[in-house]
Amino acid sequence: MLNEKKSKRGTVIALLCALALLALVILLENTMKPTGMLFTVLKKGAVYALVAVSMNLLNGFTGLFSLGQAGFMLLGAYTYAILTIPTADREAVYYLYNGSAVNFSLPELFGGGAVGLVLGVLLALFLGGCAAAAVAWLIGLPVLRLKSDYLAIATLGFAEIIRAIFQWDPLGPVTNGANALKSFPTFSSFNIQNADGKVILRLSTFVPFLLAGVCVAVIVLLINSTYGRAFKAIRDDEVAAEAMGINLARHKRLAFCISSFFAGVGGGLFAMFANQAQAKVFTTAMTYEILLIVVIGGIGSISGSCIAAFLYVAASEWWLRFLDTETYIGSFKVPFLRTGFRMVVFSVIIMVVVLFFRKGIMGDKELPDLLKKRQKKATKEAVQP
Amino acid sequence: MSEQLLRLDHITMQFGGVVAVDDLELVVNEGEIVALIGPNGAGKTTAFNVITGVYQPTNGAVWFDGAKIIENHPQGKMKKQYKGQCDGLYTETLSPTPDKITRAGMARTFQNIRLWKTQTVFDNVLIAKHCRSTSSVFSAAFRLNRKEEAAQRAQVEELLEIVGLSDVKNELATSLPYGKQRRLEIARALAAEPKLLLLDEPAAGMNPQETEELTAFIGEIREKFKITILLIEHHMNLVMGISDRIYVLDFGKLIAHGTPAEIQKNQRVIDAYLGVADDA
Repeated sequence: MLNEKKSKRGTVIALLCALALLALVILLENTMKPTGMLFTVLKKGAVYALVAVSMNLLNGFTGLFSLGQAGFMLLGAYTYAILTIPTADREAVYYLYNGSAVNFSLPELFGGGAVGLVLGVLLALFLGGCAAAAVAWLIGLPVLRLKSDYLAIATLGFAEIIRAIFQWDPLGPVTNGANALKSFPTFSSFNIQNADGKVILRLSTFVPFLLAGVCVAVIVLLINSTYGRAFKAIRDDEVAAEAMGINLARHKRLAFCISSFFAGVGGGLFAMFANQAQAKVFTTAMTYEILLIVVIGGIGSISGSCIAAFLYVAASEWWLRFLDTETYIGSFKVPFLRTGFRMVVFSVIIMVVVLFFRKGIMGDKELPDLLKKRQKKATKEAVQP
Repeated sequence: MSEQLLRLDHITMQFGGVVAVDDLELVVNEGEIVALIGPNGAGKTTAFNVITGVYQPTNGAVWFDGAKIIENHPQGKMKKQYKGQCDGLYTETLSPTPDKITRAGMARTFQNIRLWKTQTVFDNVLIAKHCRSTSSVFSAAFRLNRKEEAAQRAQVEELLEIVGLSDVKNELATSLPYGKQRRLEIARALAAEPKLLLLDEPAAGMNPQETEELTAFIGEIREKFKITILLIEHHMNLVMGISDRIYVLDFGKLIAHGTPAEIQKNQRVIDAYLGVADDA
């Protein structure tokens, strides 16, 4: 009973924190200059946080080492883009293929306007996730029999194949070949404008935060449910899990599909962030970026993945930018600073982080755990003076 | 005491050219405690692994609770290599995965403790309840199964109370002393609501006092849960103290079976395993 009350209070506190964060985002967005690097980082960070959490669900909580994340993101991004490009713009986007084979647009099907935009985008993102999950189910049939490194190699191969298929010319009328898909609704489409076309309320950072936040919340709920516990049992000891009646094949497939679903949604969000969807962006390097976030944040920690996503994106896109430009202090040219030096420093930082935080920033703890520990210590000290 | 719960028919397990279990016939009646003993390498654990679905037997069938759950006959390369008996008696192939067998009502512990290391004592037992849960992923994730979840948690609390682990329920499973880890493994198996409990050397690595406690504990479990137990053990005090019947394996073959008193007098068992005038 006591535990239940406590967990209820925890949920309420978490919800309040999330609401406060969202409010802060709206506030920042509407008071600061919208072109600032901060907002790019926040948007990309939110998207990466979702994808990293989805990867953590598989790698950290189920113990399946998969490297197919970029492939599933690609599926989500393309599904989203193909379903939401306005019919009027299709001719221009698919100019090489004389128009698109798909001649409808979800936001328009929902009657256009603000309602159509919201419903259309949500449905398209959901379908993007479903597409990724469906493909995950299919390739999971043979691939999930593999373990550890072998699974990683197989999923890596899958991601590469998907990328090649989407650039294949005969599929051009649907995927636009190797060209980018664009003109679909992006985050800035959600800014509310008045009649003159002047923005009165900016929501372009709030929207990715809200969507990614909801998805992460669902993953957290799943992890804390009976299925999440079964996943952790599989990670800790497969033999014991199976002996205790957990169907390995079914649960692994489930984790794989759910993880891919959210990677697909994340891919759709990434397309919205980048204002375009192009297969060549979703490379293995992208999977590695996400893997890096998961490892730095802590394998098996959701809050770790979220924090690491923002730190990673901020460091790689913003804070270290100055290293790439030649700088003079007076007439003294600062040594080393030139294009590419940023990546050197960045790699060194990552090595240092991995060396000093063996289990990532958070280990397998969550934010509330850290607070609890401090409380426990405090009470212990109080008891034993 | 009359109903047959588990029956092994002509179970043979051959790995390559080695026959680990040869033509094993074994019956466990409802409510009994049956022990499987024998020297190292006699094939006791192999027999366990066949019953629980970890290995697919080369030949033979296993019946559980009135239904045939496992059956196999030599196939492929094994047809030529087969050195066991009763070739051709079985024609079907029935090999469920271990989780299916557990859900049918059998739960086991392991010779080398296999607890979920990152989980607490409470969660270790709660996870074993997962196989009895009827909720789908969606209802579980969105907490539509509150009632079931609460019921399971209450059952786990009760179970931990019975086995005497409720004071350490929030500790990590691996932080427990060895004897308690064994106890927890048994509690976890009980949480899967089995009719038959399989204990693979539950007293391995225990000192005499811990073994005595365990013996009492197994007796208690049988009383409280009305459960049937099949166990492998080397501690003869434990085996002779609680078993109703004993099966003795040597080099994969059944060399004797009977009550503890009969086994203790059996010359073949004494030669192969028990030895003479030891503390037994």
